[in-house]
Amino acid sequence: MATSFSATLPLHGSQENRLLLPPIRLAPPPSSFLGFTRSLTIPSSRRLYHAHAARRSPVVGVQEVVKEKKVTNSLLITKEEGLVLYEDMILGRSFEDMCAQMYYRGKMFGFVHLYNGQEAVSTGFIKLLTQSDSVVSTYRDHVHALSKGVSARAVMSELFGKVTGCCRGQGGSMHMFSKEHNMLGGFAFIGEGIPVATGAAFTSKYKREVLKQDCEDVTVAFFGDGTCNNGQFYECLNMAALYKLPIIFVVENNLWAIGMSHLRSTSDPEIWKKGPAFGMPGVHVDGMDVLKVREVAKEAVTRARRGEGPTLVECETYRFRGHSLADPDELRDAAEKAKYAARDPITALKKYLVENKLASEGELKTIEKKIDELVEEAVEFADASPQPGRSQLLENVFADPKGFGIGPDGRYRCEDPKFTQGTAQV
Amino acid sequence: MASLLGRFCRKLVVPGSAHGSRMISTTACDSEAVKSLNLYSAINQALHIALETDPRSYVFGEDVGFGGVFRCTTGLAERFGKNRVFNTPLCEQGIVGFGIGLAAMGNRAVVEIQFADYIYPAFDQIVNEAAKFRYRSGNQFNCGGLTIRAPYGAVGHGGHYHSQSPEAFFCHVPGIKVVIPRSPREAKGLLLSSIRDPNPVVFFEPKWLYRQAVEEVPEHDYMIPLSQAEVIREGNDITLVGWGAQLTVMEQACLDAEKEGISCELIDLKTLLPWDKETVEASVKKTGRLLISHEAPVTGGFGAEISATILERCFLKLEAPVSRVCGLDTPFPLVFEPFYMPTKNKASSSSSLSSPLKKKHYLIMGLHVWCRYWMQSSPLLITSHSICFFR
Repeated sequence: MATSFSATLPLHGSQENRLLLPPIRLAPPPSSFLGFTRSLTIPSSRRLYHAHAARRSPVVGVQEVVKEKKVTNSLLITKEEGLVLYEDMILGRSFEDMCAQMYYRGKMFGFVHLYNGQEAVSTGFIKLLTQSDSVVSTYRDHVHALSKGVSARAVMSELFGKVTGCCRGQGGSMHMFSKEHNMLGGFAFIGEGIPVATGAAFTSKYKREVLKQDCEDVTVAFFGDGTCNNGQFYECLNMAALYKLPIIFVVENNLWAIGMSHLRSTSDPEIWKKGPAFGMPGVHVDGMDVLKVREVAKEAVTRARRGEGPTLVECETYRFRGHSLADPDELRDAAEKAKYAARDPITALKKYLVENKLASEGELKTIEKKIDELVEEAVEFADASPQPGRSQLLENVFADPKGFGIGPDGRYRCEDPKFTQGTAQV
Repeated sequence: MASLLGRFCRKLVVPGSAHGSRMISTTACDSEAVKSLNLYSAINQALHIALETDPRSYVFGEDVGFGGVFRCTTGLAERFGKNRVFNTPLCEQGIVGFGIGLAAMGNRAVVEIQFADYIYPAFDQIVNEAAKFRYRSGNQFNCGGLTIRAPYGAVGHGGHYHSQSPEAFFCHVPGIKVVIPRSPREAKGLLLSSIRDPNPVVFFEPKWLYRQAVEEVPEHDYMIPLSQAEVIREGNDITLVGWGAQLTVMEQACLDAEKEGISCELIDLKTLLPWDKETVEASVKKTGRLLISHEAPVTGGFGAEISATILERCFLKLEAPVSRVCGLDTPFPLVFEPFYMPTKNKASSSSSLSSPLKKKHYLIMGLHVWCRYWMQSSPLLITSHSICFFR
């Protein structure tokens, strides 16, 4: 689907003085909505890139993995898998909608970035991972945490700033960490998580090859289109390909970085092309379709687990809401929004499940109801949880309590005998 | 608690403004037209004037095209064209480096970093390139046309990465200037001076004041000189030094102190590097006591530099140790922000103010404050922080 980016769009810094850029035009979506069209095949003109990549690491052509939908007797997912995917996406959507409600009621504050519309990417990738695989995300991380297995209660409490949150209320919306589920965090700063993910991937490779432990963990790093213009991204692509790390770089290309259109800020808007430049395969996939994403993810994760190195996956997706809850979202074209709203991943999966007789409407409704109750229960739990104690302000600055600075009485805090008990005056 | 709420909820009377009768030194403001503006509008006006007066000046940064996330650059792209006011991709290091290059070729580059917390990738370029350009090229090249603007400071709900005050890091770099305005009128004048100054300037704007501070701002083109501190309130008992949004807090502490009979002299440093040592020195020699307040963590904050210099110069005139009322030595907290911040109560009850002469006044007030806020064992109350509504 590389044609979705219009190459004729004048980029910034063009020779003519253009005061107004023409409206962004994207190519219409492929005709068979959930079918596997040429979007996943690698056109012959681009085999050049893959030939180069093939020299470094043999890439199994994606078109060999993916079957055309015409073969009706082999569906892409089983019923159980379908229901799991559906439940996960519904959880993501309801949770984010509830976040918006709670924000406008004043129960949570700060900057909250919602993931509505992009659920297919999170579900498609993370549902293929095990508990010991790591995930690194950005500030739009609630749904990544939920997909990875962090309970809705813990995430909601964290958003409310309560001590029962996954980071004890210290991080807030943009910093969801979970040691148990290997969620290596949300990062408020774009691009900051990618080197961290690269380091985590190195650890699993080291464990396997040097320490000879049985370790097949992969790391998945999620980030946006704006990050692909940042130096850290390129540095990590280079390192990952150089050391052949088990990492998957997932670009959630939702075309907008707050108010900056991807097409106007990037010299070559096709991000998947940047993978082969560094010696790793680059794949472009329709991020509004969870099944397509899942197929590509399977391929990439298998590659990483086999030790064949990193993959760059660009998912074309869209966020239905603004950048954050404080963003009035005036800049985006209503037609563009409507077009992507028609490709809502949840509706698409529902249609697929029902049409292929994998699940009935009733079963799906039951799931939706169950998730609604789960999310409401999470809100009640978060409401009822206590706020962090005052002494938590000073905890965890350093590993050891020394070096905590000077207290209001002018003496070092760590000299206060009550300090290590957590009862010292703040 | 009212004081804490007051910090967040009220429209502010800017310290030293025409509203009070306390203003001592006035900035150049004759009978020209004035308009009541908030901080982002004043900065917007300054940028309009800067771009108007110099055809080779450019404004760029993330999202500046539509006006910026704080609306500081509204109307610039429409008026001056997308060739002079444009969005950059998300790469602070690249943006500042690019600005240095423009400045080195004789242009004026006004770079916007979206939040001061994001300035760290550009720190390398600023410290290693911008600050040293003139020095190491033997004055053949310089990047004096570079001005880096960034919103800094706490806002109530910013959390770790939307509330930091990194001014101390930049004050350690010889070769750049660090300027922080306290109000709309100051901001316009200081920004125009910074843009036209032949040295690279890092201009931090207190984001809390973008909408909250409203002041009469002259509409004409005026500049406020850099490296000149201003005494915005005269007094005899103690000197208070601060900058940016913290001055509003200190003003409140001064008012409280006045009720107790302590007359405070409040100085706005305006330019942190190079800072006006003479004004502060003269004031401390008069009063004998010094209190410095800033939002950044106390260890290694700029208050330490002021304290050390004043001690060197005024040691024999000091009647009490120099006091610093600053943020705590933790990363900027999310939920605990009210406890981290140097509020007026912390200032009021600091050791410098409770000297032996005034002990009876301050010990009572200090203890009262201390008891109420720091010794209660009930969980802290967090009020709703959706006050400063911005993106």
